[in-house]
Amino acid sequence: MTDEVMARAVSGPGSSTSRRGPLLYSDVIRERWRRPRFRGDLPGASAVAEDVNPLCGDRVRLMLALADDRVAGARFVGDSCAICTASADVVAELVVGRSRVEALTVDAADVLAVLQADIRPTRMRCVTLPLSVLAAALKGKR
Amino acid sequence: MRLDERTRPDFPILERVVNGHPLVYLDSAASSQRPRTVIEAMGQYYARSHANVHRSIHTLGEEATELYEAARDRVQRFIGAGSREEVVFTRGTTDGLSLLAETLGRTLRAGDEVLITELEHHSNIIPWQLATRDRGAVLKAVPLRDDGTLDLEAFERLLTRRTRVVAFAHVSNVLGTINPVAEMSARARQVGAFTVVDGAQAAPHLPLDISLLGCDFYVFSAHKMLGPTGIGVLYGRREVLESLEPGRGGSEMIKEVWIDRAQWNDLPWRFEPGTPPIAEAVGLTAAIEYLEKLGMERVLEHERALTRQALEGLAAVPGVNVYGPPARTDRGAVVAFTVAGLHPHDVAALLDAEGIAVRAGHHCAMPLMRRLGVVGTSRASFSVFNSPDEVGRLLAVVAELRTAL
Ligand SMILES: Cc1ncc(COP(=O)(O)O)c(C=O)c1O
Repeated sequence: MTDEVMARAVSGPGSSTSRRGPLLYSDVIRERWRRPRFRGDLPGASAVAEDVNPLCGDRVRLMLALADDRVAGARFVGDSCAICTASADVVAELVVGRSRVEALTVDAADVLAVLQADIRPTRMRCVTLPLSVLAAALKGKR
Repeated sequence: MRLDERTRPDFPILERVVNGHPLVYLDSAASSQRPRTVIEAMGQYYARSHANVHRSIHTLGEEATELYEAARDRVQRFIGAGSREEVVFTRGTTDGLSLLAETLGRTLRAGDEVLITELEHHSNIIPWQLATRDRGAVLKAVPLRDDGTLDLEAFERLLTRRTRVVAFAHVSNVLGTINPVAEMSARARQVGAFTVVDGAQAAPHLPLDISLLGCDFYVFSAHKMLGPTGIGVLYGRREVLESLEPGRGGSEMIKEVWIDRAQWNDLPWRFEPGTPPIAEAVGLTAAIEYLEKLGMERVLEHERALTRQALEGLAAVPGVNVYGPPARTDRGAVVAFTVAGLHPHDVAALLDAEGIAVRAGHHCAMPLMRRLGVVGTSRASFSVFNSPDEVGRLLAVVAELRTAL
């Protein structure tokens, strides 16, 4: 690990050439940051959770409408960066229509597959915050 | 010659290319970079002289002890302390403040008060929360005025006979506000309170003379002043240090030990339990030598010009908000700003894509963020190696940011 970082400092992507491959701010992230599809309040939500990323103070609140143990609707609000906002938007989209148990299986790989971005380790928490909020919402109130 | 023209060749890290651009390092408030002399001094020490200090009766042990104690003398002169006994080495600012909260905390009684301020770094909040909570004492904070300076009238009101400790930053790590240390220390002394000053953002950037400040304690970190991580300084006024029971124990800090009691060592070792950061002390000596060669007056003048350039430039960009006292007043070498419609972390990431390193987030000052009504800010901060061109690069990239996402 240490050797890897040291080597990158000498020659790697952060060094002399521009970074190749997917960008940090992919088109999906830009689009969902500018126009999130699932942002807003959900009156009558039956499962709600909120959490804060202690590293940056980002806050995400996820609201789910559960009907017959299925996620009938999902919305989020929050103060968060583009990556976290896009992740919350994707999470909301992915869980709608799933059963509670199926919704719990949504993970970072699913979100990353939609985001199509080069998320570095320091920003992974931005992706995973909405997922931990989702888990809290689903496991919390019935 | 401008200061940066003279210093830049001394900082090997400035040769780094980041994301295809020459590194523009504007995050010295979090941790500065080091000149080659500091890096080499520590390497030399490990390669030639390392052993444990104080207890070793052999040549290397003596060399290590000499180097470690020479660092103390160097610090004493650098900060204008009255004697070397007043200079205690710690692991950093956080460690120094914790040590003080633990040590002074033991003198607190139920109902006593500790007074901090709304602009403190978490390191100067949490240790006092722990200390007051443990003793049934009360923690209060001096509020800020809208211009980013402390409300000194409120300070007067909050300072009472019950106040045992007043702890505040010399320079804010977010707003750049320079607090009136001498005035506040003098008032605190009138009510018999100890004064603890967090100098993390001051010691690297301005000429210090502790004897003029009149505080009881002053703490700072080496890694923000061109020195290594892992070492800091706690200045303590001699009479006060002498009157205190150590808050932490271990080797080095004792003269004689029995199973149920011990006799404390002399100052300053009484407050330095365990093997100290020796190589780091050697590095700190080299850092101070470097700063003194430049002259702290020149350092101040150089960084003040950069800060003003950044403040005025950023304030002129549509959609950009800058925080803290106005550009024309004396400020520390930090500029916190927000860009409308962009999260501070995205601002920092977009700047990083251009090779520009700034800090973003709450800057370990959540109560201050709440007071400012923001989740966080981006922050550019300056050191001796930064140039007006680099500030110009920052301004140019920030001007394009609003359309970047
Ligand atoms: C004002 C202030 N106080 C305390 C600290 C903590 O310093 P350290 O992390 O070196 O202990 C910092 C820096 O992060 C600071 O800016």
